[in-house]
Amino acid sequence: MIGITSYGAYIPWHRMDRQLYQKAWGGFAMPGERAVSYYDEDSVTMAVEAAMDCLRDVDPHRVDGLYFATTTSPYKEKQCSALMGMALDLRRDIRSADIASSLRGGTTAVSFAVDAIKAGKANSILVTAADTRMAAPSGMMEQALGDSAAALLLGNENVIAEIQESYSISDELAATWRSDTDTFVRSWEDRMVMDESYSKVMPEAINGLMSKCGLTPKDFTKVVFDPPGDVRRHGRVAGELGFEAAQLLDPASLFMSVGLLGCAMSLMMLISALEQAKRGDKILFAGYGNGADAFLLEVTDAIEKIGERRAFAKNLQSKHMIRSYNDYLRWRDIVPLETARRPDRGHISVAANWRERKTILGLWGIKCRRCGTPQYDSGAISTTPIRVCAVCQAQDDFDDYSFARKKATVFSYTQDMLSPAVDPPSSVVMIEFEGGGRSLFDLTDREPEDVKVGMEVEMTFRKVFADRGISNYFWKARPIRC
Amino acid sequence: MPGSIKDRVAIVGMGCTRFGELWDKGPSDLIVDAVTEACADAGVEIKDIEAAWSGSIFSGHGGRSISEPLRMQYVPITHVVNACASGHDAVRNASYSVAAGIYDIVLAVGFEKLKDEGMSGLPAMDNRTHTHAVATMPGMFAMMATKYFHRYGLSPEEGKTMLAKISVKSHANGSLNPKAHLRNLLTIERVLNAPIIAWPLGLFDCCGVSDGGAAAIITRADKAKEFRKDPVYIKALQVCTSPTSGRITSDYDYTHVEEGYRAGVAAYKEAGITDPRREISMAEVHDCFSITEAVTMEDLQFSPRGKVKDDIDAGNFELSGDLPVQPDGGLKCFGHPIGASGIRMLYELYLQLQGRADKRQLKDPKLGLAHNMGHEPFAPTVSVCIVGL
Repeated sequence: MIGITSYGAYIPWHRMDRQLYQKAWGGFAMPGERAVSYYDEDSVTMAVEAAMDCLRDVDPHRVDGLYFATTTSPYKEKQCSALMGMALDLRRDIRSADIASSLRGGTTAVSFAVDAIKAGKANSILVTAADTRMAAPSGMMEQALGDSAAALLLGNENVIAEIQESYSISDELAATWRSDTDTFVRSWEDRMVMDESYSKVMPEAINGLMSKCGLTPKDFTKVVFDPPGDVRRHGRVAGELGFEAAQLLDPASLFMSVGLLGCAMSLMMLISALEQAKRGDKILFAGYGNGADAFLLEVTDAIEKIGERRAFAKNLQSKHMIRSYNDYLRWRDIVPLETARRPDRGHISVAANWRERKTILGLWGIKCRRCGTPQYDSGAISTTPIRVCAVCQAQDDFDDYSFARKKATVFSYTQDMLSPAVDPPSSVVMIEFEGGGRSLFDLTDREPEDVKVGMEVEMTFRKVFADRGISNYFWKARPIRC
Repeated sequence: MPGSIKDRVAIVGMGCTRFGELWDKGPSDLIVDAVTEACADAGVEIKDIEAAWSGSIFSGHGGRSISEPLRMQYVPITHVVNACASGHDAVRNASYSVAAGIYDIVLAVGFEKLKDEGMSGLPAMDNRTHTHAVATMPGMFAMMATKYFHRYGLSPEEGKTMLAKISVKSHANGSLNPKAHLRNLLTIERVLNAPIIAWPLGLFDCCGVSDGGAAAIITRADKAKEFRKDPVYIKALQVCTSPTSGRITSDYDYTHVEEGYRAGVAAYKEAGITDPRREISMAEVHDCFSITEAVTMEDLQFSPRGKVKDDIDAGNFELSGDLPVQPDGGLKCFGHPIGASGIRMLYELYLQLQGRADKRQLKDPKLGLAHNMGHEPFAPTVSVCIVGL
């Protein structure tokens, strides 16, 4: 049996009431709110978060592949999934691939993973999809889009939802696009896009799947497919296909709470469906974008045994409303701003970062074999890698020790107003890890006034800054999200 | 058993520039002005100097940093970079060369030109992989205040008021010092209402970022009176360098500076001091931030642990107190051109011991202590120098 063995998701903590767009620009505010990635987040960091949620209680060394689907990769040239593999502690002998530039990338990645497992080339493949698409300021599209990530683990053991069949359509139309130099999404007239593409392609894929499986609309417990730019069209297409409203996972609720999530949209909707699924449920799942991929899923007994996930429901509840549209402009680097009167950061050394990739990207420290003390050193003058134990001075007698999933407690903190921060103050904490080890970290996703000695935190993978096109990723602490 | 520097070398001449935002002065000016004053004070010429040690962390690169501006003629010069202890360490190395019998007349000079950066605070000190938490130095010391308040049950108001008194005292002293960078008087209320730099530290909890230079001429103790009748003898020179484990392991409490305590203990032993609170007449300590001075009073055993507030409230560290601290205004008001600060502290102690401190003159001081601390509280290098007549 091949199918989904685990799921996970990530929705940024920060949400924006769409009224703020109207306050900034006048005109019309769409209802609801959207998810806004923080200044230290991008598609890679969000995908790592979703994958960590998905791999909770899963041995990462048993994962044979990682596919990362996004239309908002930080790189045109350089693989992100290899970098994510370091953060997630995956093996080296895996297949890793970035599936870029397609809004259907999430479902495409799922079909690639299923095919590889079916062919006996892999037993378990992790699929992540994340997007932080931006539309030009003041337009409707800017209000509609949202930032999030989803992850599915596909495999042939402990399957919670079997993928029994799939069917795909390929369709050429420049419906929405970004050229290699565009920052913001462009699109053709929406009625033409919906009439000639979405309203034809999605039924073509879904009908194709149903006819391949010999199923009719009433055979499905849940029907999950993503909407076009205008969410209302989803319901019309579903009705025309013969589905009842009760069968649908309604994208309107996602639109109202997080926005249109790019290539993470269909997967996020599926995760939301899986959170409520019961064994025996038949799920129709499809993703749209220059064609469509449709899948038939059947939920198994194992769904009841899956451990706790933040996934969609808990991430959705844990939120913080941003105060002004200007914050959004600043965090997404949309307008040029006065730079802090502080020294520039030095250049990134690819060599130094590569040498310390396990420490930096994986948050690996050491545990001394002599005295048993876990230690992590984020590096000061010359302290990384750790060669000599800080407690007993044993040399090179250590086991690797992972801090990425360790909870910690704030030992001391400051709110630094002098430090050049995108969202001042710079909240810096010295934290004590459960099980031992102490280190200094930036604290993100926080309300400065809530930070206290003794506060519980967890680690989160973030982008520190970019230099000459290289994104420098590292871990930060954040108050335990939920 | 380590040897002791006590009474083996003496300072016979010192010079110090005015500290401040000296827009019209470059590093050469700071070096030449400080050394010229020191040489005149000792009655020597630059050509008499047999060897030299310079200290700075941002403004110098090797011995040529001072041979060039002074046109010193083919003598050995070593440049010392040891964080905020660079100036003291230049004096320490210069003193050891004299005590070893290698040279008779040596120069130690510290300098820093910080105000060419176009911004407040210090120049960049990033780590190699640029993954450091992005706290500034105020932030790193602010975390010590956070923890000190938390440990000793001080509310933010009580803690900040305690620290404010330190700054008010230093400004009172600095106002009497014509070479000090900051000479204005403060009130506790003004300190408490100042903008926050790094919570809980505000603007007036932070020392001046200044340009400046300071220099000392050092010679053998047995030759010192050939230069002047009132040489100042070195009683102790200690440096304690952190293994940098306070950031990594849980045994560091962040309410004291272990290296400061250890440097103090070693210096008292070297100088033969058993009751520092009574025997030390005055102290110039590394008050980069108000909390640093507070904790240093405890590290140097002037106040019991957790009790510095009692001494501060009683005014014991004021000019009129039983142990005046920062008589010249300290880093807080004299300013902090990093490499120069250690030697600037010795300059004040030297003037006080010789009775040349003008309006700040203390009554009959016998022993003065200078304390420098570089880097963050959990991983510092601390120097303690004790001098006396």
